[in-house]
Amino acid sequence: MAAITLTDIVKRYPDGFLAVKGVSLDIADGEFVILVGPSGCGKSTLLRMIVGLEDITDGELQIAGKRVNERAPRDRKLAMVFQNYALYPHLTVFENIAFPLRLQKGKYSEDEIRRKVTYAAETLELQDHLQRKPANLSGGQRQRVAMGRAIVREADAFLFDEPLSNLDAKLRGQMRTEISRMQRRLGTTTVYVTHDQTEAMTLGDRVAVLRKGDLQQVASPRALYEHPVNLFVAGFIGSPPMNFVPGEVQGDVMKLPFAEVPLTDDLRRRLGDRTLVIVGIRPEHFEDHAVIQQQGRAGGVPFTASVDVTEWLGSDLYAYVPFETRPEVAGKLEELDRDLDGEGLRTQLVVALASDSRVRDGDDAPLWFDPAKMLVFDPESGENLTYDADAAREIDAQNEKDRKASIERAKKREAASASA
Amino acid sequence: MRGMSTRLKIGWAVIVIVVFTYTLFPVASIFATSFKLPGELNLGTFLPVHWTWDNYTQILGPDGSARDLFVPSLRNSIGISLIATAIAVVLATLAAYAIARLDFRGKRLILTTALGVSIFPVISIVTPLFNLWRQIGLYDTWLGLIIPYLSLTLPISIWTLAAFFRQIPWELEQAAQVDGATTWQAFRKAIVPLAAPGVFTTALIAFFIAWNDFVYGISLTSTSRARPVPAALAFFTGASQFEEPTGAISAAAVIVTIPVVILVLLFQRQIVSGLTQGAVKG
Repeated sequence: MAAITLTDIVKRYPDGFLAVKGVSLDIADGEFVILVGPSGCGKSTLLRMIVGLEDITDGELQIAGKRVNERAPRDRKLAMVFQNYALYPHLTVFENIAFPLRLQKGKYSEDEIRRKVTYAAETLELQDHLQRKPANLSGGQRQRVAMGRAIVREADAFLFDEPLSNLDAKLRGQMRTEISRMQRRLGTTTVYVTHDQTEAMTLGDRVAVLRKGDLQQVASPRALYEHPVNLFVAGFIGSPPMNFVPGEVQGDVMKLPFAEVPLTDDLRRRLGDRTLVIVGIRPEHFEDHAVIQQQGRAGGVPFTASVDVTEWLGSDLYAYVPFETRPEVAGKLEELDRDLDGEGLRTQLVVALASDSRVRDGDDAPLWFDPAKMLVFDPESGENLTYDADAAREIDAQNEKDRKASIERAKKREAASASA
Repeated sequence: MRGMSTRLKIGWAVIVIVVFTYTLFPVASIFATSFKLPGELNLGTFLPVHWTWDNYTQILGPDGSARDLFVPSLRNSIGISLIATAIAVVLATLAAYAIARLDFRGKRLILTTALGVSIFPVISIVTPLFNLWRQIGLYDTWLGLIIPYLSLTLPISIWTLAAFFRQIPWELEQAAQVDGATTWQAFRKAIVPLAAPGVFTTALIAFFIAWNDFVYGISLTSTSRARPVPAALAFFTGASQFEEPTGAISAAAVIVTIPVVILVLLFQRQIVSGLTQGAVKG
C-alpha cells in the first residue's frame, strides 16, 4: 500500500516528440485513480513511466514517499495488468500466477506459494482452471489470470493498462464490477488507464483527464460531469456527448440556434463583454415538452425543433436535431471534435427524452430544456465560464468521504467473513 | 473426422494409400535391394530371395571394398552438416532477432537479399566457386563446403526465425520485469521458452539441407578428405567391372536415411508446432 506522487513529469521521446508535458498528480494510499483521454493523449506513457518501462525525462516520481525515478521496474513493487494480458503461454495458469513469487528465490516455500495462488484463484474464481494453459482460456479468464498475478505480488499499487478493451461488451461490464470489488476489498492504490469514459466514470474515485500530454482536470466523476473546467473535459465526459451550440448575447437574452434564453445576473457577470460564446447542454437536460407539461414542471425554455432521426432504447429515446452552426465557432468545435477522435460529421443536437415520449423522426417536435444546467464556454480558450470551483470541491470532498467509508465497510465485511 | 459418411471415409483411405505407396515405394525398394546378393539383383523380385548383410559389410565391415570410400564420407557429412547448421542457426538467430525487434534502415534489403540468395540456382554458382576454391586453397576441404552450405541454410533460417520471432509477444519481457525479474531473467524465463521450438525447427531444416546436398559435394571435393556421402555414392564400384554397385549404394542410402528418420521421429511434435507457428501465424 502506498501513495504515488507525480511532480512535473515530462516525457520527451528521442525524436523530440513531447508525449507528456509536465503532469503533477497526487494519488492517495488506497485510491482508485483513472487516467483517461482520447488516443495519443499520453495516458499509457504516463502509466509506463510509473511502472518503470519508460524513462522519465524530467520531473519526480515518488512511491511511498521515496523517489523511484532511477529504479528498475522490479524494484518498484508494482503490479501491472497489460492490455493483451501478457500471460506466459508455456506455463499453466497456476505457474503464471506463481511466476512473481518464484522469481524471488527462496523467499517463499512451496506451501506458501500454493496457499497464495489458491487464495488468488479463489478470489477470481479460477480454481477449476489452474492446470490449463492460457491458450485454452477465454478472454475473461485470461484477464482474471493476469489480475491473479497482480494479486499474489502483494504490490504497493496496481496498474491497469486498458485491461478491458479486448473483451466484448457484456464481459466488460462484468469485469468492471469485478475489478471494482477487488480494489475495494484489497484497498490497494490503483492507477487505471482507459479511453472508455464509462469505465472512467464507474470505476474511479478520481478521474484525471489528459489531452495531448497535458492534465486538464482531476476530480471525482460527478464533479467532472457537472463542473468540467473546459470544453475538452465537457465534451469527453458523458455519453452521448454534451451538445455544443453557438450562443449570441443580444441585450437581455442569449440567442441559441433553436431558442432564446434570458440571461441571469450571475451569467451576465461571468460573460463579461463577450458577445459570442459556446454553450454546452447535456442531452438529458432536454425533454419532450408534452412530458414536462404532464409532470406539471414550471420553468425552463420550450422550443420547437424538427427531429431528423430518433433512437428508442427502452429506457430513453434519443432524438437528433440538425442545426446550422456559426462560422466564428465552427473552427473551435471542429478542433474539439478532432481532439476527441471524432469524425467531423454534421452538427446536430442529441436530445435524450423520456422513453414514453411520442416524438418520432420527421416531427416538428415541441421540446424543452433547463437553462440552469447550461454551461457556457469561452470560444477562444475553451474555458468554462460557468465553472463553480466551490461546488466542485464540495462534490470531491463528499466523494472522498464516501470512498473512505466504502473501504471501511469492505474491511469490516472481510473481517466478518474471516472470523465466521 | 467425426460425422464423415462411409463413402467419404473410404475415399480418403484410398487417397491416403495411393499417396503413401507413391512416396514410400522407392524407399521400400531401396531397403529391400540393400539386402540382396549382388548376383540376384536382376531377378525381378521385390523382396530378396536370400536375405544377406553382404552389402552392409561391404561399406562398413573391416574388409569391405567400399569401406574406405564410405566411412570417411559419412564422417565428413556429419561433421560438415553439423558445423554448417550450428553457424547458420547462431547467425540466423541474431539476424532474425534484429529483424523482428529493431527498426533499422535496410531491413527489407536484408530480407530480400536473403530470399534472392536462396532462390539462386546452385548449379550456376558452382563453376566459379570451383575455380575460386582451387585458387585460394579451399578446394577439397571442410571449410570449402561449409561456406557454400551456409549460403543455402542461412537465408531459409533467417526467414523462418524472423517469422517465428515476430509472433513472440515481446510484451512478456516487460511483464516479467514488472513481476520482479531482471532483464536477463525476463529473457530466459519468458522469451527463451517461446523461441526455443522455432530455433530447434530451424536447426533441423538447416541440417537436412546440408545433409542432402549433392552438387556442391561432388564439385568441390576430390578425395575422401572432404567428400560427403551423397557425392561418395557416385564413386562406388562393383566387386568386378561386370557387377553393378547397386546393392552397396542401396545399403549406404539406407544408412544415410537413418539419422534423418530418427531426428524427425524424435522431434516431430516440435517440428510441426514450429513450422505452423513460424509459417502460418507469422
